[in-house]
Amino acid sequence: MTNPILELHDICYSYHSLEGETDALSHISFQVKKGEFLAIVGPSGCGKSTLLSIISGLLLPESGEIRFLVDKEGDTDKHPMAGSCPRIGYMLQHDHLFEWRTIYRNVILGLEINHQLTPQKKQRVMELLKDYGLDKFKDKKPGELSGGMKQRAALIRTLALDPEILLLDEPFSALDYQTRLSVSSDICSIIRSAGKTAILVTHDLSEAISLADRILVLSKRPATIKCDIPIHLTISGNSPLASRNAPEYQGYFNQLWKEISDENHVQNPQIIRPGSK
Amino acid sequence: MKTMCKIRKSSGQALSNQEAYERTRLKHRRLVTLARLLVLVFFLFIWELTARMGYIDAFFFSSPSRVALCFLDMVKDGTFFTNTGITLLETVASFLLVLIISMLASTLLWYSHKCSEVLEPYLVVLNSLPKSALAPLFIVWLGTGINTIIVAGISVAVFGSIINLYTGFRQVDEEKIKLIYTLGGGKKDAFLKVVFPGSIPTILSNMKVNIGLALVGVVIGEFLAARRGLGYLIIYGSQVFQLNMVITSILILCIIAMGLYQMIQALEHFYQKKV
Repeated sequence: MTNPILELHDICYSYHSLEGETDALSHISFQVKKGEFLAIVGPSGCGKSTLLSIISGLLLPESGEIRFLVDKEGDTDKHPMAGSCPRIGYMLQHDHLFEWRTIYRNVILGLEINHQLTPQKKQRVMELLKDYGLDKFKDKKPGELSGGMKQRAALIRTLALDPEILLLDEPFSALDYQTRLSVSSDICSIIRSAGKTAILVTHDLSEAISLADRILVLSKRPATIKCDIPIHLTISGNSPLASRNAPEYQGYFNQLWKEISDENHVQNPQIIRPGSK
Repeated sequence: MKTMCKIRKSSGQALSNQEAYERTRLKHRRLVTLARLLVLVFFLFIWELTARMGYIDAFFFSSPSRVALCFLDMVKDGTFFTNTGITLLETVASFLLVLIISMLASTLLWYSHKCSEVLEPYLVVLNSLPKSALAPLFIVWLGTGINTIIVAGISVAVFGSIINLYTGFRQVDEEKIKLIYTLGGGKKDAFLKVVFPGSIPTILSNMKVNIGLALVGVVIGEFLAARRGLGYLIIYGSQVFQLNMVITSILILCIIAMGLYQMIQALEHFYQKKV
């Protein structure tokens, strides 16, 4: 549990247009341990999604280094997406299931792209569908499913490639509140029972506290890491829904709220590096 | 007790309301079909009547009975089959070639942003150019055979089709393409898994436009450079004052245009049912 699986070192990124340069990320460094559930919160538009895109390899950082520690031996690989099989799963805000494919054919999309449609992998997908209660719907079109079921199907599509790190980019924000609570708790227990490492970007503070082991607070753009808060809830191990009742919950919430709302008032925030807290 | 009665009554009413709705819809459909037929019958009747009464000169304006006789003659001596056949063949050939060329070209444009940026003004100019102006050139280059006619048919439809398909490809949700990249796919996967299947409705509606334009191009080509085909019959008939033949050929063109359009519409319905 203590081996870091992902290491970001001094990552900077800016967007360029003819009007000029917009700094999105400035000197971001942190580590993620294997099996850890990390949440990243911050004011909207601060570059959270950019950070995920960089980790996933969709964007290349302008400076800095990402180290991806594959095996227990400590093999490093700078471009985790470059291989034939991505070891990083990325879940987007919307499910983006294709209406012209059945649920089953949507779920195997990643395997199809990576030419991994072996009987074993198909078998695994069928098991996942069964585990998450979608096996009866595998021949249906996405339009016939509820929002929560679609998001679960999207998760199976991501898990089918057996990623070691899951990136979740506000995957619940398109759902209504009730569905959101149940789906986030479902997905959290799925990820935890599979022992995956996960990085969740969210703007929902309670979601971050109830799901994560550790929360990174980003500052306004250009984003820096404002603080790094480990979460220890006394009723951990239970569902995220129950952990909202933990005695520490309110304290964490107030702390996060203060950090975020400071951010909205102070122009030049003091930069707090991870570990200095 | 009272409320229960009410509920039962309202649900019973809902059923009969549905039935009543279906009945009015059916009545409406029948009325429309009947009215359509009546318009045709009325038009033919007035045409025949005015020609027989001498209000219009049947030599110039023909009449339904003369058209029918002319059609029977054409069937008897085989000109109907040869000329309709050749026009159909040319139209279908240029339609299929337009489909292939515009699919390949718009795929290329989608793949290479640079390429599309460079070629855009040329496409716009070629698309707005009146293609009938090119037909004399095609005759000089290719002679007066079937090739010229097919190229004329292609030239009318192809540029608009490329622009249309390319615009359709560009409108595919960027996030869906990002999804393909997050799953480890490349640009080819993005095209094959998202852009192409997502653009099938655009491609089908584009085909509907193209089949009509291909027919326009083929008839223009036949006007100028053919010895067979319905376009040739129209020009020939007008030159020898065989206006029965001209009008019969025009009516056959109408039926061809309708038939080809219906075929693509059937294809579209088939696709919609499948998805």
